[in-house]
Amino acid sequence: MRRVARHPMIVVGGLILAAVIVASAAAPWLTRADPLRPSFAQRLRPPQGFGAVHPLGTDNLGRDILARVLHGGRLSLVLAATAVALAAGVGVAVGLSAGLIGGRLDDFVMRLADVQLAFPVIMLAIAIVAVIGTSAAALVGVLALSGWVLYARTVRAAVLTIRETDYVEAARTLGAGNLRLIGRHILPNTLAPILVLGSSQFATMVLLESGLSFLGLGLQPPQPSWGLMLAEGRDYLSNAWWLATVPGIAISLVVLGANLLGDGLRDVLDPRLRQ
Amino acid sequence: MRAYLLRRLWQSAVTLVGVSVLVFVILRVIPGDPAKMLLPEGAPQAAVEALNRHLGLREPLWIQYALFVRSVVRGDFGQSFQYRAPALRIVIERVPATIQLALTAMALTVLAGVPLGILAAVRQRTGWDYAGTVIAVLGQSLPNFWLGIMLVLLFGVTLRWLPTSGFGGWPSLVLPSVTLAAFPTALVARLTRSSLLEILGQEYIRTGRAKGLGEPRVVLRHALRNAMIPLLTVLGLQIGTLLGGAVITESIFAWPGMGKLVVDAIFFRDFPVVQTILILSATLFVVINLLVDLLYTILDPRIRYG
Repeated sequence: MRRVARHPMIVVGGLILAAVIVASAAAPWLTRADPLRPSFAQRLRPPQGFGAVHPLGTDNLGRDILARVLHGGRLSLVLAATAVALAAGVGVAVGLSAGLIGGRLDDFVMRLADVQLAFPVIMLAIAIVAVIGTSAAALVGVLALSGWVLYARTVRAAVLTIRETDYVEAARTLGAGNLRLIGRHILPNTLAPILVLGSSQFATMVLLESGLSFLGLGLQPPQPSWGLMLAEGRDYLSNAWWLATVPGIAISLVVLGANLLGDGLRDVLDPRLRQ
Repeated sequence: MRAYLLRRLWQSAVTLVGVSVLVFVILRVIPGDPAKMLLPEGAPQAAVEALNRHLGLREPLWIQYALFVRSVVRGDFGQSFQYRAPALRIVIERVPATIQLALTAMALTVLAGVPLGILAAVRQRTGWDYAGTVIAVLGQSLPNFWLGIMLVLLFGVTLRWLPTSGFGGWPSLVLPSVTLAAFPTALVARLTRSSLLEILGQEYIRTGRAKGLGEPRVVLRHALRNAMIPLLTVLGLQIGTLLGGAVITESIFAWPGMGKLVVDAIFFRDFPVVQTILILSATLFVVINLLVDLLYTILDPRIRYG
């Protein structure tokens, strides 16, 4: 635990991530501006600095950019976190059953994983979104679907090694059932890689969600989504650089924080995963 | 070796069958009533029914799947709704642009990522190493759609050095390929560094140094060649990243490749084109990774899979 608290990547990454999460959560207290209300008299105001009416300026419809970035953070972070939780839940369950039951189920699941990995994630995601629509629920579903494979493979591999260890054998001889084996012996031993995967995947999910929204296949206007803000700002590059710059910095910060945290956790928790 | 080859071929074939099932389910089963989408709104129920029958959509699912596979194998991916032409032809016309972009990005990745990784490894724990790590971490964290926009802002809008969109000559290739290469370059640099560091600690490297070989020869000839193997796997897997990244990069720079085509096709609900691109890119990915696996056995004579 002390090594976790002292690792520079974990500290820096954790702090960046915490800052963005706190700022997004506290959005209604940090700014009184409405992220959705247009004001045509106030269009395309440049950033004015802290304490001013529009610290980060306004967009093409005169909406306050600070308010939009902070409220957009709430959406992006909650969507990404939900997707990671779902992906991890499904992936762990699948990996456990594949590893413990083995046989045809195992073959089937691992082939399915191969099949899914053959598609570029974003292509699969846009195909599905195109068919089932662009609601927030659909978006979370697509993100989760894209992420379960990693957990399933990792947990399955862990189960296969742990299953053969003496202490699991001993527990089984003493009459422990499958559920008890999973809960007491197998899951605790796979927790570290799951945690590492989860924090790196959080970065991927934020990127994927904002990428889909950027293409117009994720959250829909007028929602203050980071990807959407970037797409809108692209048309104003020559006269209002801040429109596209600000949300991009927000996305990069989250991704940087989550990546650093993931790498740091990998170093500390699971030396075998180190590349 | 032979058994391994056969097993890998079999696995790849099974994966491709899975690919076809998945595409069939996503684009044929879930959308429900394609006839309704094809016909103008408010078309009479009889017309919808007739078209459904004509398209074979009233047959049991497994027969529909069999028909689907048969036509795909024949190279018939259906007619593009948007262009009123065979979907396969529409897609193939866009392939060269994507390949040009992906190959340039791949070349940039190797030419920048590998030397950066070598430099960081041989100058471990110096300013070079830390600078390389920072560049690599940033490269992996900047979203490529944002990086692309910022490059346009800097080199296109502010400095006016390079064209910001379109297709023609190498100047228009610079910004899209740099955008596309950023992420894999960072990955390759990190991987080169760590795998080289591991190998530089080996006994035979010490032997090489002890017998008086120069450092460049030790690093480049003895260490790097062994570090290439994990690198090759990752480069193989990057085909997927490049194809996926091309979707966004091509959309930003209006690059007329498959990536832009697939996004446009989605907005037109042009499912035959979407399906063609999904199947082609997945097949490409499976085939390239199969080739990479086979290349291993040539690169590393120790690998003889039973």
